[in-house]
Amino acid sequence: MYRALQTFLVALCLLVSCLATGLRAQEDIRPLVDALGTGGFPQKIEAVKALAASGDAKVAEILQNLSEGKLYAPKTGGSVYLAAPTDGAYVDVLTGAPVADVPGNLARIKLNNGLRGAIGAALSQLTLLSPDRAARLAASQDLLKDADPDNLDLLNAALAQEKDAEVKATMEAARAVILLKTDASAEDKKAAIDTIAARGNRDALTILTGAMENAPEELKPAIEQNIASIETSLAIWDVTQNVWYGLSLGSVLLLAAIGLAITFGVMGIINMAHGEMVMLGAYTTYVVQQTLHAVAPQMSDYSLAFAVPAAFLFTGLVGIGIERSVIRWLYGRPLETLLATWGISLILQQSIRTIFGPTNRQVDNPSWMSGAFDVGGLAITYNRMWIIVFSLGVFVALLLLLKRSKFGLQMRAVTQNRRMASSMGIRTPWVDALTFGLGSGIAGMAGVALSQIDNVSPNLGQNYIIDSFMVVVFGGVGNLWGTLVGALTLGIANKFLEPYAGAVLGKILILIFIILFIQRRPRGLFALKGRAIEQ
Amino acid sequence: MITQMLFSRHEKKILWAVALILLAAALVPLANLLIPEGNFFHVPGHLVPLLGKYLCYALLALALDLVWGYCGILSLGHGAFFALGGYAMGMYLMRQIGDRGVYANPLLPDFMVFLNWSELPWYWYGFNHFAFAALMVLLVPGLLAFVFGWFAFRSRVTGVYLSIITQAMTYALLLAFFRNEMGFGGNNGLTDFKDILGFNVQAGGTRATLFAATAVALALALILSSAIVRSKYGKVLVGVRDAESRTRFLGYRVENMKLFIFTVSAMMAGIAGALYVPQVGIINPGEFAPANSIEVVIWTAVGGRGTLIGPIIGAVLVNFGKSIFTAAFPEFWLFALGALFVATTLFLPRGVVGTVQQHLATRKEQKKADAAERAYRDKAAASAESRLASLEPQAAE
Repeated sequence: MYRALQTFLVALCLLVSCLATGLRAQEDIRPLVDALGTGGFPQKIEAVKALAASGDAKVAEILQNLSEGKLYAPKTGGSVYLAAPTDGAYVDVLTGAPVADVPGNLARIKLNNGLRGAIGAALSQLTLLSPDRAARLAASQDLLKDADPDNLDLLNAALAQEKDAEVKATMEAARAVILLKTDASAEDKKAAIDTIAARGNRDALTILTGAMENAPEELKPAIEQNIASIETSLAIWDVTQNVWYGLSLGSVLLLAAIGLAITFGVMGIINMAHGEMVMLGAYTTYVVQQTLHAVAPQMSDYSLAFAVPAAFLFTGLVGIGIERSVIRWLYGRPLETLLATWGISLILQQSIRTIFGPTNRQVDNPSWMSGAFDVGGLAITYNRMWIIVFSLGVFVALLLLLKRSKFGLQMRAVTQNRRMASSMGIRTPWVDALTFGLGSGIAGMAGVALSQIDNVSPNLGQNYIIDSFMVVVFGGVGNLWGTLVGALTLGIANKFLEPYAGAVLGKILILIFIILFIQRRPRGLFALKGRAIEQ
Repeated sequence: MITQMLFSRHEKKILWAVALILLAAALVPLANLLIPEGNFFHVPGHLVPLLGKYLCYALLALALDLVWGYCGILSLGHGAFFALGGYAMGMYLMRQIGDRGVYANPLLPDFMVFLNWSELPWYWYGFNHFAFAALMVLLVPGLLAFVFGWFAFRSRVTGVYLSIITQAMTYALLLAFFRNEMGFGGNNGLTDFKDILGFNVQAGGTRATLFAATAVALALALILSSAIVRSKYGKVLVGVRDAESRTRFLGYRVENMKLFIFTVSAMMAGIAGALYVPQVGIINPGEFAPANSIEVVIWTAVGGRGTLIGPIIGAVLVNFGKSIFTAAFPEFWLFALGALFVATTLFLPRGVVGTVQQHLATRKEQKKADAAERAYRDKAAASAESRLASLEPQAAE
């Protein structure tokens, strides 16, 4: 009963004070506004803080104008005026009404960094109560970074009416940080430390390390313990992140290399133009996207669904064309094939350069591939995730094609014993052409994926060709599983070396490792077992 | 024994080629320096380093032909040896700049001052002496080739696998030399050279001398290569190329033979690079690019691999074509080069020189056969006549 009465009285008081604020509004803050034009920077900072504390609805707009340098005041001090946006006349700051007789010695109110900081803090304070969720979140994050004990009351007020979980969590963290700075009770501080530690990210680590210095003795063990546990979890997340980045790089390598594993591994053809097939795939994506933009803009988000088959077919046909016109004359002469396909790669590169120009082409990410989401301390971007899914999908599809389909059976037969296969009625030239087309088509699909994360330029393929060869040679020729393991291993190894050695040195180390590895196992990780000592 | 090897019988055409190269070594500098401008026979000053560049490329192609044409090792990393030789020479030239650089530091090259380095890295010591630098021109590429070949040939990495890892080698070096921390000038490489052995590198006389030196080096390399190829070792080398296992089973240490020729070839490439740098005036990591090494292969292939003169002709021809093409239609050079790769492998697998040689050989054979047939017919006719003649008296009786 007593409690209800108390609540009622408090509510009544609040109501009355609110009403009073409303009535007071404009005229009450005028002296505060005018103080902005008087005195040096320290006084102005005080004036900004006083304005912010007044809680008037106009304050945010006034401060915004101040930070944009639109407020003018007489040099000797006095009323503050707002420069009208259009004709250079001056209007009243609060009412917006034109002012006829302005003093002659008006000057813009100058800002320095201290004042700017004060305005920013004051604005973020004000937006803590804003109805816009994003604004509240941004404001509370600002507050978390720059925790000022003066804002504690405001923060408490904002917390009381906050409903959104994420904003509330940020606010609570900010409140905890502020509490650590004030002389709150040890229990409150303990709770604050727990709140911060629960965030478990790098910021929390910085805050806690900072708080160590002026924390009371009895809290130090707790802080230390929390710091240690955050560090452990961060280390684990670091490893997870490296693995994730490594998987992502590995899946790109897998996509680029798996077509090569077909042409090189299965057919024994060194296709130096493989990188250019990837490049052609990326340009096909570009063309499909542009066409779709022109013909059916509402379908733009699904352009990749058209680009994947288009790239597969186009590069596959180009591959078959190359096989029929050049490569089939060179079977059994692998070194010559290498040179001829290198020549083809030069021609393809220059053709694309002539048609599309040497500069990068813009390929847009569809909406479902942009953005990111968090898993614990790990930010996962959608495009990387979809590329991993896509490359594994391609891998499985290829595996099924080779093991389960009639074409796959014929292909394996031709690989293992060309003459026997021919005697059994398999048209080996057709199988050769289709196999090469398949490898090229997969390269084209890799190009679709790469267009989402890399620059689409005529040199796109060059950046991947050596890495792809490394993957195939490392994983073992003629074995798709070897390619999978090789690509993922190299990707992850690369990402783990990067923090210690830097990106370039890491790559050099990987190359040296592979060169040495080939000495030990000249046929790669998963070598085909056989009795032939040489081809 | 070595002199005997060097001056023992060479094929006549090799001797002709050597004579021609030496003639060029004498004539081009003379025509540049002595014949006045405007005269038809005057060689303009800008052409001398360009011709010198062609000859450096010819030396590089010859080096590659030794391993590819005669031993079947398709190295896609010979540009690396070339560039290493070039860097060794470039380091000497950098040290010669002394305090005439932009920052006027007597000891440190400009780029090190720029990077705030306070002392010379240890591997730059000694490069102020020409003799030391010249030794390094041979040793650094030679040592890399020896170590690389030691591992590669011992574990019997052959064919395309070897090609791919040589490409990986030059790619790794490319990435490494791009790094500023390596201490080789990073992206910009070494340039702004002033003197070589006290002579201004820009001066006409120095350029003419450098050209002559390049031509003499090429001639010597040709004699050396010819001696190697015509020796017993050279014959076995061809055996390794054509039937490696069989040669091994005959008792030859194939890996040692490969290692020797690979190292010699790398040293020759290093010399080519060292002669290239003062004439071009710059060496940068771009020389390590895998594409450059593959281009060397096409020079050799166009000229004719497995013939010593072919690569020289091929290198000069292709680069001459490149100079003309890139000036006239820069857009189409890559088309032309690509088409050259395809056409050479498809239609001219023996290269220009190889095809001509084969043609001549078949014609010679044909002639020989014709002569033999004619001789046989004559002989048959003669014997028939004599038999007739021996019959005649009987008939008369």
